[in-house]
Amino acid sequence: MDDLYRDYILDHYKRPRNFGSLEPHDLEGLEHNPLCGDELGVHIRVKDERIEDLRFHGFGCAISQASASIASEELKGMSLREVAELGADWMIDLLGIPVSATRRKCALLNLKVVRGAVSGDDAWPS
Amino acid sequence: MPPVAESSLGVKADFPIFSRRFDGRELIYLDSAATSQKPAVVIEALAEHLRGHNANVHRGVYALAREADAAYDEARRRVASFTNATGGETIFTKNVTEAINLVAYSWGRAHVGKGDAVLITQMEHHANIVPWQVLCRERGAQLRYLEVDERGELSLEALDQELARGDVRLVAFTHVSNVLGTINPVAEISARARAAGAVSLIDGAQAVPHMPVDVDAIGADFYAWTGHKALGPTGVGVLHGRREILEGMEPFLTGGDMIASVDFYSATWNALPAKFEAGTPMVAEAVALGAAVDYLSGLGMERVRAHERELTAYMLERLAQVPGLRSVGPLDADSRGGLVSFTVEGIHPHDVAELVDRGGVCIRAGHHCAQPLMRCLGVGATARASVGVYSEASDIDALIDALLAGREVFGL
Repeated sequence: MDDLYRDYILDHYKRPRNFGSLEPHDLEGLEHNPLCGDELGVHIRVKDERIEDLRFHGFGCAISQASASIASEELKGMSLREVAELGADWMIDLLGIPVSATRRKCALLNLKVVRGAVSGDDAWPS
Repeated sequence: MPPVAESSLGVKADFPIFSRRFDGRELIYLDSAATSQKPAVVIEALAEHLRGHNANVHRGVYALAREADAAYDEARRRVASFTNATGGETIFTKNVTEAINLVAYSWGRAHVGKGDAVLITQMEHHANIVPWQVLCRERGAQLRYLEVDERGELSLEALDQELARGDVRLVAFTHVSNVLGTINPVAEISARARAAGAVSLIDGAQAVPHMPVDVDAIGADFYAWTGHKALGPTGVGVLHGRREILEGMEPFLTGGDMIASVDFYSATWNALPAKFEAGTPMVAEAVALGAAVDYLSGLGMERVRAHERELTAYMLERLAQVPGLRSVGPLDADSRGGLVSFTVEGIHPHDVAELVDRGGVCIRAGHHCAQPLMRCLGVGATARASVGVYSEASDIDALIDALLAGREVFGL
């Protein structure tokens, strides 16, 4: 069993949940991972100040794609205020694998995109 | 597997880092295009300079300072002689990036204006793109690109067409592509640029450490390369330049060492090469680079090239056996340097690099500071394996084993 590429990580990578486009949508974001040139975007539909639905799109490594897929299932139904306050630990804990310093941005790219779309804060989650 | 001729120069033991173990495994280093490992003679030259000969240069009259001066001058002489660049000036810079910026600022600002064009190629490293983007934007000039064809090569006919437009002031291009591996016909391009009245600049970062390079014979106006890829330390790069052009240029960085005299409101410039080496230079690093080129000369650059050509041919052959693997760049080892970029279907390059690290194999993944080229190739990123003088066929075998094991992890 591989520490990083666990079965559920590879499953989310190969069959990412909530990927595609969402029309119409209320919020959107697009970010690049400067390390590798990967791209991840998001469409978000909002209802009563909560994420009603969302879709990611783009391309990236197993860690970035699986992170987005896993996060997408948690983000649905979350209030915009909660989303804006999510930190790096939330994502890393959710991912459940040891993420090295060099792969950290891969894991956090989706949260950066979503927080940017929701709150305009496009800083890397800390 | 057929045995590989010249598959090893037998010099791994000269490089102390290869005695390290990572979780009990040997270091399989296939990232020499990013930076080379250092032989003990280079590490010792750096330490010995600091230990026994350290003083600032061009200042002191005492014996120790004379030693430092002599060591720095001798390093320049060795470096210039290594690439047969003795017909022009050899300037120490921080790296290739700084060397190209020197030309873009000092020459470019004075000679490129509205209606002029700078011609570069689609296979350039960001270091040979961004300085020209900034120059052209600032001066209202046009930046144009020579296309890379499907074999990963440049077309001399396309070059002629561009030059025939009559507005090209400078042609900047790489000697060996850090992504495709392509070896460009640099002497031919330089000659055509000169015939069209354009100045030429070559990025030799991936060439000088790996093959015989004769700067005077190539005939470019500027030729830049960097020490850390050529077995030397970081922090020292080289710009060879045509003397009459350098003499007509204003300084790039100003301050100490580059002046002849300074009064309250003005200054005059020192002679070449000091005019372009403002401030205390990287003396110890230059001395160590001198030791590095001596080491390479001792191996013989013809032998280094033959060895790396063999390894590249072997790498291309073995990589082709990995299911789903696609390599980019010229197909024959004769037309390429010692690196191969590739993608593996179903595994992102970043994951490829992470997976082969499980087998102790170091390769690069990403855009290799060549994002425009990545766009031409239709990929976001690639994995890249690159060899050096210390590489052996067994390193390639370890890479292939690790790639096959990685595919299994991904259920492929």
